[in-house]
Amino acid sequence: MKTDIAFGQYCEGDSILHRLDPRAKILLAVLYIVVIFMAKSATAFGLLLLFSIGLVLVSGIPVRIVLNSMKPLTFIIVFTAIINIFWMTGDTLLFQLGFVKVYLEGIINALLLVLRIMLLLICTSMFLTYTTTPISLTDGLEQLLSPLKKLHVPVHEFSMMMTIALRFIPTLIEETEKIMNAQKARGADFSQGSIVRRAKALIPILVPLFVSAFRRADELATAMECRCYTGGEGRTRMNVLKYKGSDLLAIGAVVLLGAAVVLLNLYLPGYSLTL
Amino acid sequence: MSEVIRVENLCYSYPEDEGTPAVPALKDVSFSIEEGSFTAILGHNGSGKSTLAKVLCMICQPDSGKLFLHGKEMTAEDITDADIMKARREIGMVFQNPDNQIVATVVEEDVAFGCENLGIPSDEIRRRVDEALEIVGMTRYARHQPHKLSGGQKQRIAVAGTIAMKRKVIIFDESTAMLDPLGRKEVMDTIIRLNREDGITVLMITHYMNEAALADRIIVMNRGEILKDGSPNQVFGEPESMWEAGLDVPQTTELLYRCRQMGYNVPLDVFDTDECARIIAQAVLNQEGRD
Amino acid sequence: MTVAGVELKNVTYIYNKGTPYEAKALDNISLQIPGTRITGLIGHTGSGKSTMMQLINGLLKPTSGEVCIDGRNIWDEPKKIREIRFKAGLVMQYPEHQLFAETVEEDIAYGPKNMGLSGEELHKRILDAAAFSGLDPALLPKSPFELSGGQKRRVALAGVIAMKPQILILDEPAAGLDPGGRREILGGVKRYARESGTNVIIVSHSMEDMALYCDDLAVMSAGKILMYDTCAAVFSRAEEMLAVGLDVPQVTGVAFALAKHGVDIGKDVYTVDWAADKLAEFGKTIRTEDKINI
Repeated sequence: MKTDIAFGQYCEGDSILHRLDPRAKILLAVLYIVVIFMAKSATAFGLLLLFSIGLVLVSGIPVRIVLNSMKPLTFIIVFTAIINIFWMTGDTLLFQLGFVKVYLEGIINALLLVLRIMLLLICTSMFLTYTTTPISLTDGLEQLLSPLKKLHVPVHEFSMMMTIALRFIPTLIEETEKIMNAQKARGADFSQGSIVRRAKALIPILVPLFVSAFRRADELATAMECRCYTGGEGRTRMNVLKYKGSDLLAIGAVVLLGAAVVLLNLYLPGYSLTL
Repeated sequence: MSEVIRVENLCYSYPEDEGTPAVPALKDVSFSIEEGSFTAILGHNGSGKSTLAKVLCMICQPDSGKLFLHGKEMTAEDITDADIMKARREIGMVFQNPDNQIVATVVEEDVAFGCENLGIPSDEIRRRVDEALEIVGMTRYARHQPHKLSGGQKQRIAVAGTIAMKRKVIIFDESTAMLDPLGRKEVMDTIIRLNREDGITVLMITHYMNEAALADRIIVMNRGEILKDGSPNQVFGEPESMWEAGLDVPQTTELLYRCRQMGYNVPLDVFDTDECARIIAQAVLNQEGRD
Repeated sequence: MTVAGVELKNVTYIYNKGTPYEAKALDNISLQIPGTRITGLIGHTGSGKSTMMQLINGLLKPTSGEVCIDGRNIWDEPKKIREIRFKAGLVMQYPEHQLFAETVEEDIAYGPKNMGLSGEELHKRILDAAAFSGLDPALLPKSPFELSGGQKRRVALAGVIAMKPQILILDEPAAGLDPGGRREILGGVKRYARESGTNVIIVSHSMEDMALYCDDLAVMSAGKILMYDTCAAVFSRAEEMLAVGLDVPQVTGVAFALAKHGVDIGKDVYTVDWAADKLAEFGKTIRTEDKINI
């Protein structure tokens, strides 16, 4: 259903990854990104690849979906690969096509860089987008950043805005569809004519949509006031996030992984990334 | 029985706006609401009933007149924001558009919203939310996304949010207007149960005559003034003045009224179809009250 | 004759076909709605009413089957579907939410302009449409956003009437209005239907309104047409209506109960006026019988 867009790429599930505390997952994602950037040697990358495949298997999310999520990045991946293969110089010349020289180092570099992009993608989707609902991500972020409240950073306000946005996206999508249908019934045509004409054709949709959004905002503000909302001050939460043993274990595992990557970089540096 | 709300000589005008003159919405309105009562406020669009609701939950400040909540004057000079916040803890409001009063993306989180604002401890909120969902019969939907529920279900969620805050007075501002008949019935059943079983004081603004007939008392508003104030029997017993105010009466009353015009001596205050039929049959068969 | 008839031939409509959310909204429906009648479409939320409306004016394309207007399948030439939409005007639920123009006049003109009208003809249509929907011409140069809720709805209605559709479809035209407002809007629609000879289809949940303003009723349940007949005939089958969870007008309920109490004024009574007339008649017969007995 179209209205599910608001819930992004979240895949329903009950794996260990799904059940981890959202704060832990945000930390894990950050840590894992750091580890990925630390990796230099092919062996280190190999280890990370194994670990990432493990993550996908544990999450229970179909491999097909994970691979599909990489489609939009195909261009960047191919581009990175080509640049590295054809422009990088090294010691081992493999072959030469006219003025283009292809070195072994170039190919290795291309492979490892592509792998790095893919690992980054798998990591964010496994820890964050695929296994955590946007709303618990918002909650996690709010609580992680709550120390910043002392510095007068409006952490609660941002997270409230995020929550309300998530709540109303499906409603507004539905509304857009309704308004589009209503104007189509009056002969609106959104698919013909020049760009200017098409842009103009959107006015009968955008104006009512804005009017309605403002009306909703106004009514929602009144409703929130009637429910005693006065901002973050003195507010409690029904669902308080609590770190569990598994959260600590997961963070420990990624820290260990980082250590292993450093060791592999040092002692098995063969075919390293040179960039 | 103690009174929970009292208003005295309330006046309110919408301010002038770009050439449109100030519109008086409330003119010298006075009444009081007893604890545990079920009052319907009827009136056509623009009769001042929604303005009244806004004044009662302190979103609008009246131009003149007094508003008492639990005996405390909320319109006094020395009332602070803190006093208003405190008074708001007692009065809940369920609005017309079910979509525009739900804040959270999960049903139980939304029910918890008000309690969270009050700073109630987590485990206490959990207990209250579960209980409130049980009362409105929505326990099954606790983990659902609100936008996928029907209008009637969304309104029951809003009611649950109010009960969870332990509010003893709920104002329904045309809460059934946007619902289909099933949704309306769901909400009306919930309102009646809350009033009868949990002793919640209900003030219900509506323009459905059949819903108003279920209340103990009906206040009819017309052009910012109270036109009538009495039991459904008294109010619908004089259909002419209701029609004059652009309102209707239930069809049973209308039919009985026509029977009266034919010369039958029948009461007008019957809202049940079976009872209405019994009375008419008796009158017609016995040619009661006719020469 | 400009009066258009609508015919649905074995129409099935499935939402999200081929996805896990697949749902059948209409299930092999055949229905012929002749012109010059006001037809009420009743049924629960989700019974397929809205789908049917959108199929008739070409917003949706049937999964299988044919929707015909004036005997011609509206999807014969998919490129001309816009013309069908002018022919079968649709007023959606809460149509005041679709107003967008700077003035009332411009908003009403949107549809006719899309049809390619301009100048004198356009102006005349706007005035006619405003008059039919009970809109004061003095409001035409105003912004639609300054108007009251009831007035806004009339502007939206006028916006569709100005296209002079041969079929006018209205989804809950009186939703959220008070009794006076309901009477004005629905009375206006009825007057328009009679004077212009337009085929009108009204969707509403209010049986009392339907009884007052419609000639025929089509009752839908779970994607099928349960009944299609005159108001009197449909409401006289009150038991079947109640069985699928639909109401009948309160006065029909009284008429049913009256029969049980020995006063049979017919089960097809659906307005208070009618019931009162029948009761007066019944009273007369009783009095004459009494006289004979004496």
